Amino acid sequence: MEPSQSGSYLQSHTSSRWTKGFMSWFMSTDHKRIGIMYGVSMFSFFGLAVLLGFFIKLQKLFPAASGWEIIPPELYGSFFTLHAVIMIFLFIVPGAPAILGNFFLPLQIGAKDVAFPRVNLLSYWLYLFGAVMAVAGIVLGGADTGWTFTPPYSVTTKTISLFGFTVDSVSWMLVATFILGWGTILTGINFIVTIHRMRAEGMTFFKMPLFTWSIYATSWLQVLATPVVGITLLMIVIERILPVGFFDPAKGGDPILFQHLFWIYSHPAVYIMILPSMGLISEIIPTNSQKSIFGYKSIAIASCSIAGVGYLLWAHHMFTTGISDFAAILFSFLTFLVAIPTAIKVFNWTATLYKGSIVLTPPMLFALAFIFNFSIGGLTGMFLGSLSTDIHLHDTDFVVAHFHYTMFGGAAFGIIAGIYHYFSKMFGKMYSMKWANRSFIFMFIGFNTLYFPMLILGFFGMPRRYHTYPDIPVYNNLQMLSTFGSWILVTGVVLVLGTWIHGLIKGKRTTEQNPWNSSTLEWQTATPPTLFNFEEAVVVTREPYDYHGFREDVKNGKAAGVIHD
Amino acid sequence: MTEQTATVEIPHHHDETGTRLGFWLFLYTELFLFAAFFLIYAVYRSNYLVEFRTAAESLNTGIGTQNTIILLASSLTMVLSLNALKAGKARMAKTFLQFTITLGLAFLVIKGFEWGAKFDHHLFLQTTKGIAAGEGSLLLNPSAEMLPVGQVLFFGLYFIMTGTHALHIVIGLIWMIIVYVWISKGSINPDNYGTLERCGLYWHLVDLIWIFLFPLYYLVA
Repeated sequence: MEPSQSGSYLQSHTSSRWTKGFMSWFMSTDHKRIGIMYGVSMFSFFGLAVLLGFFIKLQKLFPAASGWEIIPPELYGSFFTLHAVIMIFLFIVPGAPAILGNFFLPLQIGAKDVAFPRVNLLSYWLYLFGAVMAVAGIVLGGADTGWTFTPPYSVTTKTISLFGFTVDSVSWMLVATFILGWGTILTGINFIVTIHRMRAEGMTFFKMPLFTWSIYATSWLQVLATPVVGITLLMIVIERILPVGFFDPAKGGDPILFQHLFWIYSHPAVYIMILPSMGLISEIIPTNSQKSIFGYKSIAIASCSIAGVGYLLWAHHMFTTGISDFAAILFSFLTFLVAIPTAIKVFNWTATLYKGSIVLTPPMLFALAFIFNFSIGGLTGMFLGSLSTDIHLHDTDFVVAHFHYTMFGGAAFGIIAGIYHYFSKMFGKMYSMKWANRSFIFMFIGFNTLYFPMLILGFFGMPRRYHTYPDIPVYNNLQMLSTFGSWILVTGVVLVLGTWIHGLIKGKRTTEQNPWNSSTLEWQTATPPTLFNFEEAVVVTREPYDYHGFREDVKNGKAAGVIHD
Repeated sequence: MTEQTATVEIPHHHDETGTRLGFWLFLYTELFLFAAFFLIYAVYRSNYLVEFRTAAESLNTGIGTQNTIILLASSLTMVLSLNALKAGKARMAKTFLQFTITLGLAFLVIKGFEWGAKFDHHLFLQTTKGIAAGEGSLLLNPSAEMLPVGQVLFFGLYFIMTGTHALHIVIGLIWMIIVYVWISKGSINPDNYGTLERCGLYWHLVDLIWIFLFPLYYLVA
């Protein structure tokens, strides 16, 4: 053990050239610093996308017939495209693995860093480059294609002229997503190798915490699926520059083929988004119930089977494109199949709560909200997965509300819960509990007020992506209610970010190792962690959620099942 | 935040097996990049069987065979180079690497001539005029002098797939030159040959993809 190891990662450096300020972070290969850099960048972009969403909802406050126009139709198209591109490619897909996975994956398995620290930094740079490029896209004219870039519209939509130059802003954004994709792939490879090769002594696969399990399943999806969408999006760029006609019926091409290739990635991508958040919930619920998680192995295996089955049901996005009945029935069946492992997880979480000593900390509140929202999101997904109702609900606000219930109410609530959970471990400071609770109330009420009316609107036939709606009472009232909800939700987001920033600057300093009395490995080290995470070699002897053994160990003065050599 | 300058050197940690695992995963993603193209090829070939055969007749099977032999030979010299380095013969390894680089360059030159001939026969991009005129995609402007429907797709796929493949050849060549310099400097040596091995694996993958491209384009006529 080197003497210089002491001191938290906030003071020690991996780079000998840059030890101060910005460059000591930007050039750092330390997985904890990279995780925090991801966090800062992602939540900045998240804030921007929330702002765009705020304007999208504001436009819907009154129907166009009343003379209300905040954003003209073309700009509305650009706004929801950029909102989706940022939220999906810059925030929710890489979100939990990149922020919390980077920070806590090595800590949870007792490793010093990830397998390839320099590749990890490269992933971050690719992410930042692609992200800035995507956001710059809107200055260059934006894209009104929707985030799916479906041809033929994405091939024919006009480019704009800027200072006398023709700027192809759609290609620009496609290349940006391609670059982001490579960052994601490299992170995925990095995590798989880390989990296979760098587990501490005694850390068998079935002693890994469930967050690590979910990151493992996610990483496989990232590696397996991302290359396909990368090349598919590049083909749209090729079509725009050299019209080969891959997706152009006039030349014999098939636009539906694009949708297949796109959803082969983009459906697994929704599991890339949700699985890590499920992993976080699986950490937060046993900790705040002070009880072993119900069905540890079934949750771990469910993560992997969701990843496996999730790869095989992409065409349920295409029931209305005229695919064959046989294919439609098969994909509908597979869609229902994936609900089983998902439901297993929800039942396991609620069973964990049963007879637990529940503490309603802010992360726990968000975790409970996750279960509530995600259940609505998951069940509405079943409506869309059954063939006959999908014909009615396809491309309506119902779909928009459904995926916001899973992606925002589920995945994003999970990330927020995770950051509240791990805040003190990451920064050695504590946020204000009072404001954290207030932020939760605004988030939860605002979220449901915004999206529940959209489920009903969709049922009444309100199409998605339209910038206005006919002047009839049922639409008017629900749209207005939904917009009111967006104001509460935006307040909630501001409060969440505000609580964190206030906690960072003015929060109470803490070095308490394990404030929530959690039994998993990442809590059994210094707060904030030292540069190499653990002062001494780690040997794991206990199951991750063995709270009985954990309490025995604490009573005996041992650091919770971790034997230090 | 109190900034102290406690710089810590990372202890030398090198896990050859882990690196190899990561690299195989990377190779997998490269393969899947092409898999999307192969899928599109399969769909359109089954839709336009006759057109694909007609179009393939205009490709020169002789040149294609030459290039296949060249790439196969380069894979062989790559293996010989790695074997020589493992046996401690760094100079011989460098010589074989030179052969590999030369063969890779020869492949690119031949490919270049082949492409040039296709352009001369206007087998690609009849619509470039349209783009120059600012009319954008053919979707807006179906061109009168277009090739028959299926053949357009054949040549489109031919250029995109062999183009992507050629790009990988270029990346492989650049990597080999870097490896060559490192062998000269001694940082890649008989005790530490992992980088040369991975470079070789990459080169074999590029070779392997060509083995599939060759029959799909040159031998379907």
